[in-house]
Amino acid sequence: MLETLLTYLKFPFVQNALVVGILIALCSSLLGVTLVLKRFSYIGDGLSHVAFGAMTIAAVLKMTNDMLLILPITILSAIILLRTGQNTKIKGDAAIAMISVGALAFGYLIMNIFSTSSNLAGDVCSTLFGSTSILTLTDEEVWICIGLSIVVVLVFLLFYHRIFAVTFDESFAKATGMRVEAYRLLLATIIAVIIVLAMNLVGSLLISALVIFPALSAMRMFGNFKAVTVCSAVLSVNCALLGILISILAGTPVGSTIVAVDVVAFVLSCIIGKIMGGIKK
Amino acid sequence: MSLITVRNLAVGYEGQVVEENINFTVNKGDYLCILGENGSGKTTLMKTLLHLQKPLNGEILLQDGLTSNEIGYLPQQTVVQKDFPASVWEIVLSGCLGRREWHPFYGKEEKKLATENMERMGITRLARRSYRELSGGQQQRVLLARALCATQKVLVLDEPVTGLDPNATMEMYELIQKLNQEGVAILMISHDVEVAVQYASHVLHLGTPSFFGSKEAYLESELGKLFVLHEKKGGSVEMEKGDRHA
Repeated sequence: MLETLLTYLKFPFVQNALVVGILIALCSSLLGVTLVLKRFSYIGDGLSHVAFGAMTIAAVLKMTNDMLLILPITILSAIILLRTGQNTKIKGDAAIAMISVGALAFGYLIMNIFSTSSNLAGDVCSTLFGSTSILTLTDEEVWICIGLSIVVVLVFLLFYHRIFAVTFDESFAKATGMRVEAYRLLLATIIAVIIVLAMNLVGSLLISALVIFPALSAMRMFGNFKAVTVCSAVLSVNCALLGILISILAGTPVGSTIVAVDVVAFVLSCIIGKIMGGIKK
Repeated sequence: MSLITVRNLAVGYEGQVVEENINFTVNKGDYLCILGENGSGKTTLMKTLLHLQKPLNGEILLQDGLTSNEIGYLPQQTVVQKDFPASVWEIVLSGCLGRREWHPFYGKEEKKLATENMERMGITRLARRSYRELSGGQQQRVLLARALCATQKVLVLDEPVTGLDPNATMEMYELIQKLNQEGVAILMISHDVEVAVQYASHVLHLGTPSFFGSKEAYLESELGKLFVLHEKKGGSVEMEKGDRHA
């Protein structure tokens, strides 16, 4: 088994998949904690559907680099969604549901009308579940992913304390002179970037899992923000690594394998959390 | 020396006036209690003072070197905070962020300030504990310590004893009084008129008719007499309702 693995690891496309997979897992877990705590768990789902819609438009327009269209549209939607979280007529969860379902429908519609491929269902399936795209990454895509990941991690580290303050108590942060709107904009942009990146790995449907599971698992076991953030990053990276390796060996779809590993990790975390809590008491 | 002067202020949201013609001043060392029925604009006034929303009319003057981000704030707890994974230390320290401008990390000064204020609130031994495991009274102390990191001059408290048991309520009031005696001006929204009478130096009563003046003058006024009497009759029932709601 080890030999098969080593043979596979020599292929450049497997190496690419591992690099991209780990980076995306790292980025998505960093903000997962904030999103879950802010009751925005579903934003990943909603935005990934927007990205899916944008992707179909890019495909119809036969754009060579579809990132140029997907990224701006997703960022814009993220900004709108996070704004509606406040006092507006349409509440956060309803706004996410609206944008998500709408974008999904339009995406499928566009694919249906303009598609040149004979295997439409297969196309849709691979965009939604990302079954093969991580194994067909070009060098250029890998570099874009590495670049954006570095930016995301740097921004997160530099603004870590402020992200914590805004997540914990927006009113207090604002009252003591923080530019809360600017941070909301920053968060929205990072989230959009992560989601567009993650689409390559697990496809648009399973992105939510990548954002939510590591954060929830970490919150079961730890009671302070730093530990939760670190633990969620470590968990996420390891689950992604394990998931990719399993999928290579067993020939299962990459995205769903990673998510399955994440679910198992969550169950284990629940048990560990229970035991640790029991010892404390 | 007055710190805050409010003149002809009208507050509300989305263009809807909730309360207008609000006039009062807060001096150094004052303990102002803001009373009023539900919906009389107490919380809206507080949010306006903290620049969380814009005044519809009138003006808020900050004097004596007080800047707008030097008003400490003890908000009512939100649902998000109830199960928030953060240590006491992390939360208290986050009160220092307003002082840091663009600097991404905390310095020695901030850590010292946080340590001092935790000592002041008697929560030093809780520093590494998780916020969500604390009792209601302890959580309020943590949030008070955070507010003190942001300011030494004015504290704004929004119903600080909601959901606390009688013992914790007493401790909270005594803690606030101690801070006031140390020179921190207090603005407190309260349902509890008896407490206002016991601890406050001034009373602002919102509604029609409204009242602003010293506690003694309030107790002499028709409005004060009526409200105190009314609260004594129905107060206990209302308190219970409030607790359950929280």
